[in-house]
Amino acid sequence: MRLLLRGARVIDPASGVDGARDILIEDGRIALVDVSIAPSETGHTTVVDLGPSLVVCPGFIDMHVHLREPGYEHKETVASGAAAAVAGGFTAVACMPNTNPVNDSASVTRFILKQAAEADLARVYPIGAVSKGSDGKELAEMADMRDAGCVAFSDDGRPVATALLMRRALEYAGMLGLPVIDHCEDKTLVGEGVAHEGFNASQLGLRGIPSAAEDVMVERDIVLAAMTGSHAHIAHLSTAGALRAVRSGKERGVHVTCEVAPHHFTLSDEQLLAPLAYDTNLKMNPPLRDARDREALVEGLRDGTVDVIATDHAPHHADDKKVEFDRASFGIVGLETAVSLSLDRLVHRGIISLARMVELLSTNPARILRVPGGRLEGGAAADLTILAPDLGVTVSPAAFRSKSRNTPYGGWQLRGGVAATIVGGRVLFVNPDVPQAAGLGRA
Amino acid sequence: MSEKAARLRGKDLLGIADLTPSEITLILDTAEAMKEVSARPIKKVPALRGKTVINLFYEPSTRTRTSFEVAEKRLSADTLNIAIATSSVVKGETLIDTALNLEAMNPDIIVMRHASSGACHLLARTCKAGIVNAGDGMHEHPTQGLLDAFTIRERKGRLQGLKVAIIGDMLHSRVFRSNAYLLTRMGAEVWACGPPTLMPAGIEQLGVRATTRVEEAVEGADAVMMLRIQLERMQGGFFPSLREYFQVFGMTPERVRLAKPDAIVMHPGPMNRGVEIASEVADGPASVILDQVANGVAVRMAVLYLLAGGGDDETAA
Repeated sequence: MRLLLRGARVIDPASGVDGARDILIEDGRIALVDVSIAPSETGHTTVVDLGPSLVVCPGFIDMHVHLREPGYEHKETVASGAAAAVAGGFTAVACMPNTNPVNDSASVTRFILKQAAEADLARVYPIGAVSKGSDGKELAEMADMRDAGCVAFSDDGRPVATALLMRRALEYAGMLGLPVIDHCEDKTLVGEGVAHEGFNASQLGLRGIPSAAEDVMVERDIVLAAMTGSHAHIAHLSTAGALRAVRSGKERGVHVTCEVAPHHFTLSDEQLLAPLAYDTNLKMNPPLRDARDREALVEGLRDGTVDVIATDHAPHHADDKKVEFDRASFGIVGLETAVSLSLDRLVHRGIISLARMVELLSTNPARILRVPGGRLEGGAAADLTILAPDLGVTVSPAAFRSKSRNTPYGGWQLRGGVAATIVGGRVLFVNPDVPQAAGLGRA
Repeated sequence: MSEKAARLRGKDLLGIADLTPSEITLILDTAEAMKEVSARPIKKVPALRGKTVINLFYEPSTRTRTSFEVAEKRLSADTLNIAIATSSVVKGETLIDTALNLEAMNPDIIVMRHASSGACHLLARTCKAGIVNAGDGMHEHPTQGLLDAFTIRERKGRLQGLKVAIIGDMLHSRVFRSNAYLLTRMGAEVWACGPPTLMPAGIEQLGVRATTRVEEAVEGADAVMMLRIQLERMQGGFFPSLREYFQVFGMTPERVRLAKPDAIVMHPGPMNRGVEIASEVADGPASVILDQVANGVAVRMAVLYLLAGGGDDETAA
């Protein structure tokens, strides 16, 4: 079984490729990437002429999603989340452990992987808890979880409160060669905050979450990463101050990386006032920061300080959002809007190149999580994301594969979208609005 | 003076932030006519006859709920009071479900007080009935802002160019926000004074002058407004003790003397004597605290009349 993709622009920053290439896929693996490949004379080969308007990249990896299973299957399951992933152009996702029970043991890890294998869509990489029950007291069985398939450790949503436990987590995860991903937030400074502390929250009478709550924790983690020599990855970085800390840590050679979520580079806290005041789909944690923070993140995406775009895909049932703002759940879904938002707001506005976008969504997350993919090389699994960079997209939450619809982007018109998603050589998603990709539907 | 609007633009009164100066002037002028009604031997006009007003209170309130109820009755509306005890532990019916149930009974106006900022916005988006915000969380208490402005205007003849000092907990106060929007919008110079721990971020962007020195705020003021200090703020570590609060920020006769000789002293109630205000000041000649209560009825009559009565007849006057 062979598939030959012809005539598209191929972008693979890891191997320095950016130009017209043909890609031959054989038995689920990349057989060859070359300027021109003739259909083989022996064996059956499906040839799809994609043409120069489409872009083929190594498969996108969203290293921060919440799949809600086990425990909250009414919001999302591993299967529905994996379906949303391929529809959004992601060939792999890494899922956070704040399920019920928490993924703090190999048995929960194996359960998630079993659900992922049954769904057989996007690859799913579990992230194990740092501490038992994510309660910040005793380390979870990290080595056992690593052996079961965890690719990183995090107490996401319940930040590692004490510097001592964070130190030990970094040391222990360092032994395993895996990163600790920290949701940086000093809960004592956050209090009952629900929105970025600043003029906009003050006008609305919403309790504030100061930038300092994030900044102090990021600074702490960088100090501890330097001390231990281990790898700290900062989840959903949202403030200018935290970005400065990461930039300065990197300059000093500390092993620190960070990710930014699309909502933090596309929205800021003025949107809480209008067009729809108190829209609970604008409530997330970290909160939408102010316009200067947003601009700083955009600059970090441009200058290389930010390593990864990750969605923090946080599905919630409508019942959890159709309530008073301070009672609503934090978070929005992101898997099915991230690629269009990145193309429209970053690439088409001339802030980053397409190649840099591929680094942020594929090359770097693969490197940080030490998982396969992130590059197009002979013999590697054929995980490919195919983009239609000029496609006109209208965000339609009703059409999401995710079980949840909590997005502030409904009705947004964006330039650029996903044409198709290929995992292990199998075409799992073809966008019907992209005629050039139609041939893949028959592959 | 700003121009007077012919009517209010929206079906709701969610906050002063949504009002133009001409709408504010319309409400204050209408309240003057309503105040005259309250002075009559027969304190009732038929302006809202046949209209149904629901007072939906999710937070305990004696003063505001009573004031609304008196205003509704003087306008001949049919009123009913619903007090819902809420607890963060017990998960009851959602606000939207409650709203839809009330809506099914076809009320004309729902007056709501709720502990969550923005709860009235949620209600207004769900209901066809006009929504009057009687205080939502830390956001706004627009009828309090209006009655305060009415009281100042009644005594001073204007709002434009006056210095108004507001002293207390700005951070958690919906009364502060409504007053800051209203008074700055009408051309007054507003000073906000309190401990820095109780000042909201970006307070100057609201158009007010912020200071921690009570003498600076009060000096030359035409009106001095004290805000209630809640005991739980001390427990929350915002300031060390009620005793020290009174020492640093409490309104004493000595401090009142820094204001203009004819300055008025205001308080939205309920007062903590000896915490934010000395009894000699609360009961003294400059105090207009009970005028505020009386004016609250007139202002609420005006708001209800303008939202539910229309302006299509002359029954109010």
